[in-house]
Amino acid sequence: MSKVKSLEDLMKIKEQALKELQMRDSKKKGKIVVAMGTCGIAAGAKDTLRAIVEALDKNHIVDVAVVQSGCMGLCEVEPTVEVRMEGQDPIIYGHVTPEQAERIVKQHVIEGKVVSDLVVRKGEV
Amino acid sequence: MAVSTNTILICAGGACISAGEKSVKQVLEEKLREYALDGVVRVVETGCMGACDLGPIVAVFPEGVYYQKVNAENVKKIVEEHILKGRVVEEMLFEGPQGKITEEVHEEHPFFKKQVKIATRNLGIIDPMNIDEYIARDGYFALIKTLTQMSPEEVIETVKKSGLRGRGGAGFPTGLKWELTRKSPADKKFVVCNADEGDPGAFMDRSILEGDPHTVLEAMTIAGYAIGGQKGYVYVRAEYPLAIERLRNAIKQAREYGFLGENILGTDFSFDIEIRIGAGAFVCGEETALMNSIEGKRGQPNVKPPYPAQKGLWGYPTLINNVETFANIPPIIIKGADWFASIGTETSKGTKVFALAGKVKNTGIVEVPMGITLRELIYDIGGGVPNGKKLKAIQTGGPSGGCIPAEYLDTPVDYESLKKLGAIMGSGGMIVMDEDTCMVDVAKFFLQFTVDESCGKCVPCREGTKRMLEILEKITSGEGEEEDIEKLEELGQTIIDSSLCGLGQTAPNPVLSTLKYFKDEYEAHVKEKICPAKVCKSLIRYVIDPDKCVGCTACARVCPVNAISGEVRKIHNIDPEICTRCGSCIEVCRFGAISKVSP
Repeated sequence: MSKVKSLEDLMKIKEQALKELQMRDSKKKGKIVVAMGTCGIAAGAKDTLRAIVEALDKNHIVDVAVVQSGCMGLCEVEPTVEVRMEGQDPIIYGHVTPEQAERIVKQHVIEGKVVSDLVVRKGEV
Repeated sequence: MAVSTNTILICAGGACISAGEKSVKQVLEEKLREYALDGVVRVVETGCMGACDLGPIVAVFPEGVYYQKVNAENVKKIVEEHILKGRVVEEMLFEGPQGKITEEVHEEHPFFKKQVKIATRNLGIIDPMNIDEYIARDGYFALIKTLTQMSPEEVIETVKKSGLRGRGGAGFPTGLKWELTRKSPADKKFVVCNADEGDPGAFMDRSILEGDPHTVLEAMTIAGYAIGGQKGYVYVRAEYPLAIERLRNAIKQAREYGFLGENILGTDFSFDIEIRIGAGAFVCGEETALMNSIEGKRGQPNVKPPYPAQKGLWGYPTLINNVETFANIPPIIIKGADWFASIGTETSKGTKVFALAGKVKNTGIVEVPMGITLRELIYDIGGGVPNGKKLKAIQTGGPSGGCIPAEYLDTPVDYESLKKLGAIMGSGGMIVMDEDTCMVDVAKFFLQFTVDESCGKCVPCREGTKRMLEILEKITSGEGEEEDIEKLEELGQTIIDSSLCGLGQTAPNPVLSTLKYFKDEYEAHVKEKICPAKVCKSLIRYVIDPDKCVGCTACARVCPVNAISGEVRKIHNIDPEICTRCGSCIEVCRFGAISKVSP
C-alpha cells in the first residue's frame, strides 16, 4: 500500500471501493435475474451467472444488480436470464451460454438493444 | 477486486458474536463453497446493525433483505433458498415492532425512518477491518479538507458553530474545549479519546469502535491539528477486546496510507495514535482519573481546576472527548456547521445515540435527532413494552442519572429537558422499566454499583454512598424507619455537594430521583412493609391458590429447599419460613395457581 498524498489519491481509492459498496445498493437502474432452479443449474446457469458478473465488471457497470431466482417454468430453454432495465419491458432470454451472456450485457444492457434471436418472452409475466 | 453478485452482510457486533455469529459465518462460507458460489457471493462482517436482541442479523444485498436470529442450521436455508433460487425465506425475516422488514418497507419502517444516523452512519454498512470501505463512504476526506484548506482556527470555529456538545454525558461545548486547549501555551499537547464506557446497559461507544474505528482515528487527527497536538491516546476498557482488535487493525492501516505518522498527506503536520487499555475501573471514565491511568499511576481523580485543557497528561494541555463526540466530527467538517446545527433543538444540536435496554421490544443501538420525544423513542423505534405490561419509568444516564416516570413520556430528549426532570442525558444508556419493577430496588442496584466502584479517595463518596446503601438495604428488608427517607435525602445532597469527582457528585442521583417521583413506594416499604411491585424478597410471600391447585406436584419437585408440601392430587402448601423466594415454582406451575403477595 502506498501512502496517500493528495485528494486525487484518495479519490482513486474511493472510486475503487465504492464499486464494491454499490453492489450492495438496492436502488439500481436495472436488474438481471438468472434462474437458478435445479434445471437451470443442470443446464449450466452457474457459468452463465459468472459470465454476466464478469462482463458487467469488465465494462464498469455498477448500477445493474445481478440476482438469482428459482425455476420460472421454462425448463426446456434453460439457462434463462431475465433483463429488467428501468423504463423498459422485462425480457426473458433462453439458452444463455456464457458467450451469449456476454452478448446480452453488451447489446442489451450497454447499447439498449434487445438481443432478438434469444428472446423467449417479452413483458410482465 | 473480485466481482460479486450478492453481498451478504453479517452483523459482527459484540451482541451478535455472543449469539453465535462466528459459527453462522463458518457454515455460510462452507455452504457457498459447496455450491461453488464462493467467488460470486461476498460475505462481509460489519459493525453493529442496532437490533441486538434479534441477532445474529444477516442482510442480503442488493435486495436489502434482513434476516433475524440466524444460526448455524437455518443459515443453510438462506443459501439454498435465497442465494441459489432467489426466494426470500419468509419465516426468518427481520421483524420490527410494525411487522416484517422486506425490501419494500425497509425505508419506510419506523425503526429506520425515525433514526438519523450521523455518528453511527457506517455501522452495519462497511467492513470495519477494511479502510477502503471507510474511504468509499467519504472517510478521510474531512482530514484532507482540514489539512489542505483550513487553518486550525477555522476548524475550531466550525466545531463551535455546529453546536456539538460532549456526548459522554455532561454536554460541555466541544468547540470551546478545543479552543481552550489550543490557547493553552505549551510545546507539547495531547488528544485523548475516552472509550472507557462503563455505565451498566450502555454500549454505544463499543458499537462505534467495533463498527467504524476509522471515524474515531480521523476525528482525533483533526483534533490534533486543531489544538496543535502531536500525539493521541485511545483509552479503551479491557472488557472490549473486539473493539481493541479492530482499533489496532485500523491504526495499522491508517499508518500504511499515511493518515497517521510523520508528514500526514505530505504536509508538515505529524500525529500518531496509541491505544491504552484500562483495567476495568468505572472511575477511570472520569477524565482526571483516566489521565492518571494513562500515565501509569493509580486511577484516581484529581481536584479540578486545573482542567485537562490547561494541565493534562504529564502536565501538558490535553483534549479529552468521548467516542461518540469524535464520531460526529468528520461529517461536520465535510457537510458544514450549518448542516449539523439544523438538526436538533435550540440548545442541543445534532443527534444522540442511545443503547435501548430493559423492558422494551427492540433492544439495541439507535441514533435519533435531539428533541425527539421519549414516547417516539420508546414506542415508535423501541416497539414499546413487551408482554402487554405498562411502562413505569425510564432510566437514563446509568448510575449518574435518574428515573423519569411514565407521565413525562412527551418530554423532548435534550440536555436541558432531561436535567429539569432530575435525570441526565448521560452517555446514552436508556433502561426501560415496566410495572413489575420496584423503584427502591432499582435505586439500590445503582447505588451498589457506585459503592463497588468508588475509588475511596474522598470521604463523602467512600463513606457516604456506603451509608446510603445500608439505609436502602434496611428499607428493602422491611426494617425501615420513617426518618430513613429524610436521612437519604440529606445524605444524598451532602455527597453531591462535597465529593471530589463526578462519580461521587452524581452517585446519589438514582436515589434522589426515585424519591422525587416514587416517594409513595419508599413509604409503602417503610410504613406498611409492603413492596408494591412484589420484588423485595423480605417483603413478599409465595402462596398457592387452593382453587387452582390440582396437586400435580410439579412445584414441590422443583423447589430447591423443599418448602412445598402436599400429596399427589391434593392441594399443596408453601412454608414461608423455609421458602427462599427463588420463583422456580411460579415458572413450572401450568395452572397459574402460585402468586406473590406483599406482605
